[in-house]
Amino acid sequence: MSWEAVIGLEIHVQLATQSKIFSGASTAYGAAPNAQACNVDLGMPGVLPVLNERAVELAIRFGLAIDAQINLYSIFDRKNYFYADLPKGYQISQFETPIVGAGQIIVTPQNGTPRSVGITRAHLEEDAGKSVHDLYPGQTAVDLNRTGTPLLEGVSEPDMRTAQEASAYFRQIHTLARYIGICDGNLAEGSMRCDANVSVRPTGQEVFGERTEIKNINSFRFVEQAIEYEIARQIDVLEAGGRIHRETRLYDPDKDETRSMRSKELSNDYRYFPDPDLMPLTISEALVERIRSELPELPDARCARYCEQLGLSASDAAAISSDIDRAEYFDAAVTAGANAKQCANWIMGELSAYLNKQAMPLSASPVTPTLLATLIARIEDGTLSSKTAKTLFDALWEEGASADVDDLIDSLNLAQMSDDGALTQIIDDLIDANPKQFEELRGGKDKMLGFFVGQVMKATQGKANPQQVNEIIRAKL
Amino acid sequence: MKDFSTLRGMSAGLAQGDFSSVELTQDHIARIQTEDTHLNSFITVSAEAALEQAAAADKLRAGGDTRPTLGLPFAHKDIFCTDGILTTAGSKMLSNFVAPYDATVVGNMAAAGMVSVGKTNMDEFAMGSSNETSYFGSVSNPWDRQRVPGGSSGGSAAAVAAGLVAAATGTDTGGSIRQPASLCGITGLKPTYGRISRYGMIAFASSLDQAGPMTRDAEDAALMLSVMAGFDPKDSTSAQRDDAWLGKMTTDGIAELDQPLTIGLPEEYFQAGEHMLAIEAAKLELEKLGHSLKPVSLPHTQAAVPVYYVLASAEASTNLSRYDGVRFGHRCDNPQSLQDLYERSREEGFGPEVKRRILPGTYTLSVGYFDAYYLKAQKIRRLIAEDFDNAFTDVDLLLTPTAPTPAFKKNQLTDDPVAMYQQDLYTVPTSLAGLPAMSIPCGFSQGLPMGMQLIAPAFREDLPLALAAQFQRHTDWHLRRPGQDL
Repeated sequence: MSWEAVIGLEIHVQLATQSKIFSGASTAYGAAPNAQACNVDLGMPGVLPVLNERAVELAIRFGLAIDAQINLYSIFDRKNYFYADLPKGYQISQFETPIVGAGQIIVTPQNGTPRSVGITRAHLEEDAGKSVHDLYPGQTAVDLNRTGTPLLEGVSEPDMRTAQEASAYFRQIHTLARYIGICDGNLAEGSMRCDANVSVRPTGQEVFGERTEIKNINSFRFVEQAIEYEIARQIDVLEAGGRIHRETRLYDPDKDETRSMRSKELSNDYRYFPDPDLMPLTISEALVERIRSELPELPDARCARYCEQLGLSASDAAAISSDIDRAEYFDAAVTAGANAKQCANWIMGELSAYLNKQAMPLSASPVTPTLLATLIARIEDGTLSSKTAKTLFDALWEEGASADVDDLIDSLNLAQMSDDGALTQIIDDLIDANPKQFEELRGGKDKMLGFFVGQVMKATQGKANPQQVNEIIRAKL
Repeated sequence: MKDFSTLRGMSAGLAQGDFSSVELTQDHIARIQTEDTHLNSFITVSAEAALEQAAAADKLRAGGDTRPTLGLPFAHKDIFCTDGILTTAGSKMLSNFVAPYDATVVGNMAAAGMVSVGKTNMDEFAMGSSNETSYFGSVSNPWDRQRVPGGSSGGSAAAVAAGLVAAATGTDTGGSIRQPASLCGITGLKPTYGRISRYGMIAFASSLDQAGPMTRDAEDAALMLSVMAGFDPKDSTSAQRDDAWLGKMTTDGIAELDQPLTIGLPEEYFQAGEHMLAIEAAKLELEKLGHSLKPVSLPHTQAAVPVYYVLASAEASTNLSRYDGVRFGHRCDNPQSLQDLYERSREEGFGPEVKRRILPGTYTLSVGYFDAYYLKAQKIRRLIAEDFDNAFTDVDLLLTPTAPTPAFKKNQLTDDPVAMYQQDLYTVPTSLAGLPAMSIPCGFSQGLPMGMQLIAPAFREDLPLALAAQFQRHTDWHLRRPGQDL
């Protein structure tokens, strides 16, 4: 029998606000335990939540980016359960009326076909604290710094069919979230995590199989591995005549397996009800429109523009557009006059290599888009060869934004020799010095042309225009 | 003779230099220390902090500060968090809790230069109508020490009635300011929901809780209200209002009514019986003052008590989840597991009345019961609010009894929670509608004080205050003292 997997993801995006969703405490990562938990975060008697408006704006921004309905009226609910890292005994979340309604994105897995993935909803909520079980033997330590960190939880439709699609979807949401500036995208610090709902069914069957939920996965690779493992596990169970139980599982990347964490009783009762400490959230159309006007051009639109208007290859366009910093750098360079194709090559090649080597973000690059555009222009007008261009790039990297491209070309003597007289002289000398080779070239041994061009380049330290050298030698034959 | 019985009186004495705030405060503390042994109206007397505040006020006055509130002693209900001073909410759960911050109301009073002499006793987490659920012992009614002062702000009411302080803060969720005010013969005002910040006020039922003043008379209630009230960005449910009359009350007192009022008498609130004789006399007095009385109907009144107990208990059940023994408050000895820590800390820390609210509250929010109880109660709550809206198209104010009986004997109702809950019969509808309501003394029944309730449209506290001030200029019920001949 052949099987088909059905996958849906819940992605928690940590919103890039300075302070928490319901208090003024800082959200910065890495502080000493409990140093960033104020009275509100601690759930002190008498404290009250006050909604962070920035979190609302970022949620709206996400909603607009996935083409979703923004609910102008939404409600914060209390989700009640007891846990040591949940100070109030309830989490403030949105249950029946979330801020973002249905939307969708197009997902393209590597070597796969694009698929539209529906996003059922996205709601605002506060994060819980962190329980640390391995710090003190036999005891659990609680760090409430993370308590109250604003999260936007996006819930997808069960629209994905392979682990690759799921991982591509996670990646796409990650790209989008960084693109529109709502999340720093730092997976290692937990800025984005996902829960995967996985079930399998015989191919062709309409009804979904019973699903399991794999909790708290925080890397693209692990999402794929965890789902692969879980699909295979479920198929094994079913083929052996067993049945799948609704449960929560954890993925262990070291052993590459998922393990049952707790069985989810069907009537898991969080006693949701509207939080009486917060008024219903009402949003004006004007705010939505302002946020819409501030949205950057989104990756898909950008990618299409790069292909259609700038003539980039699909893979270059995708690579450039997938990162907002890269795309903006590219756009700035093109606006400054750079040839788009060359510009893409330089960004993906030399510039990326230099940045990688120094672990430097693109925003800190000493070679500005304008400098790169001028460099490319000097290649195009024949001043630079590809070799001297690289030397120049290296010099620009050292000099930084204040550098003057043309001054550097002069001072480093990088301009190609286009003076026929001087080149002809060099070539004549070379022919005199190498009569045997010249005879062979004359005799039709074309390989010898390369020898002479090489010698000329050597004599001119690479500054001769190879095209011109070719022409002069051919004229001598 | 020094007049320590009202804030306005003390304010005049301070202004004339008859006494200093330090002297006044010392006198208050001394009286509390001797006389409160009979009443148990205070949980904490914060003498040191009070004398510091008083000295600071005297210094300001010497520097030319003439604010009428400067240096006036009063007490806080022990539900308001006070930085560095024990805040118990009347519970064993918080019997060791020293708040790390001040409630907004506490800050507002301090900013006005007022001097808090201590924290008053109350029903545990404000759940009760007799002050008998307090972990710190019951409070005696100064009019008859065998009787309860009402609740949950019973300590504040008893302390004011006994003259230990001229004013105290209270909180009212379903009648917790008004019913004890009635039972102790004092003036109590529950303002409109949102008028006073709830930040730092330990929550019972968030959509109903509202702080307010408990005083001798309407003038002092107005003074207290003007200090306590105000928009607070820390409380999302606090109202942004610009009522000019409110600020003027601090300096000028209550403005006189410029015309007679039409006062509605909701037929559902008046029963026959000897307890109601006092209010019948008050009606005649109001007519004598030129006001007209008009029967009105609030048809959903019957449903108010059950609706209140569904909603208040539901909110309380989750508001009280934070008392888990993890970060503050009572923790059981030697917990064996997280579950054990929760179960025993809460079992030991909460008294029976609190548990009696948490259980049904948890139940009504559960899947399968939510629609039948919580949602239905919310719908009826709206109908109750609409009753008031309709009534106020015809009348300016409503007049009702505050409580169905005068003060009852201690232990009389403790075994009959439902009968106890009926004490809230006349006060919960206004709480559900979020409206301002005030209780003022209007006579006696069997030698015990009785109050009448004045209910106004939202944010119109000026109306009951003005009517009460006028009534009190023509009557002396509010001047009667326990132990004197009636």
